[in-house]
Amino acid sequence: MTVKVITWLDERLGLTTIYDLVLDRKVPKVNWWFTLGSASLFLFVLQGVTGIFLSVYYVPSPGQAYNSIQYIMNGVTFGWLIRGIHSWGSSLMVIIVFIHMLRTFFMGAYKFPREITWLTGVFLLFATLGMGFTGYLLPWNQRAFWATTVGTEIAGTVPLIGDFILRVLRGGSDLSAVTLARFFSVHIWFLPVVIIALISVHMYLVVRLGISSVPKEEESESSGEAA
Amino acid sequence: MADSHEVKRRDFVNIVVVALGTVIGLVIGIPAIGYLIAPATKVQREEAWIPLGPLEAYPLNIPTLFSYTRTRINGWEKTVNSFGAYVWRHGGGESELTVYSNMCTHLSCRVTWREDITAYFCPCHDGRFNKEGEVITGPPPEPLYEYETKVEEETLFIKHMDV
Repeated sequence: MTVKVITWLDERLGLTTIYDLVLDRKVPKVNWWFTLGSASLFLFVLQGVTGIFLSVYYVPSPGQAYNSIQYIMNGVTFGWLIRGIHSWGSSLMVIIVFIHMLRTFFMGAYKFPREITWLTGVFLLFATLGMGFTGYLLPWNQRAFWATTVGTEIAGTVPLIGDFILRVLRGGSDLSAVTLARFFSVHIWFLPVVIIALISVHMYLVVRLGISSVPKEEESESSGEAA
Repeated sequence: MADSHEVKRRDFVNIVVVALGTVIGLVIGIPAIGYLIAPATKVQREEAWIPLGPLEAYPLNIPTLFSYTRTRINGWEKTVNSFGAYVWRHGGGESELTVYSNMCTHLSCRVTWREDITAYFCPCHDGRFNKEGEVITGPPPEPLYEYETKVEEETLFIKHMDV
């Protein structure tokens, strides 16, 4: 029965083709460093799911942000768990994405024909840092407030247009309700949409081009350049 | 495959993956459901005697509205709910009175006493109740809720119960 259903669906959706292309594609013999991309993707999904759950109770307003998080932590069943995963997961994601970038760099995996994979990856790293920066303000506690004060102040040191950048980031000269609202919006809409689009291109290229193999020591020693 | 009793390696892996997947799904899924329904599982029911002031303040034979508010905490905020009680004194004595809730028994709109039609009128679906709180016309299924009352030191009290 299940076989019949699966066959019926497969004839119409081409599921096995997708499965073969994406999951059963040929890969060179690689090591654990090559799992960091999948780990990054998993963490992004985890952050997305826990973030959606947090938005059930969180309110992005100066009067209520802090109290709504107190309620998540103390009043909601497993609220501490959902927020804990989101909070710790964000730090872990920055670390994993960064190591993923280092691995790609040191193994020369960014070279032809994978330059666009590398470029989208660089923007994904920036977007991940942006998620960390915007998410850090949302608890609206002392640490969040002053971290964002310092962060936006640093952006303000850019020559000539610095003050303008600062006002764009804060939505005015002061760190206010406007800042909280726009950081929230960027955190849950703008950056996730950008990240999903970039991940789509990134993954399409990984499937299309395949992954590079581990560079061999002899090759780089004899010819002076990596494969 | 079914003929031999030995479990093939591929099947074993499949079974383990499905079993572990189910366990992980439950470990994540149950807290997730608990998280979503948490506010619904906390029922706050309180009752309190509300003072309505001296009995003489209410005129004879004319249902008179007394409004009061009750506050409770929902999530991270205080919610103030308004309630209304119609005091109807049908005689001069302390026990000759009835107090009705102004909440329509149909869908909880608030009714008002209208002297011109001698009825409690609900604007939402044209429900009407007579002076005794019974349904005259319209969709309400039950008569108006009648408060428990007491008079202590010439002050009228009604017993409020949270819904």
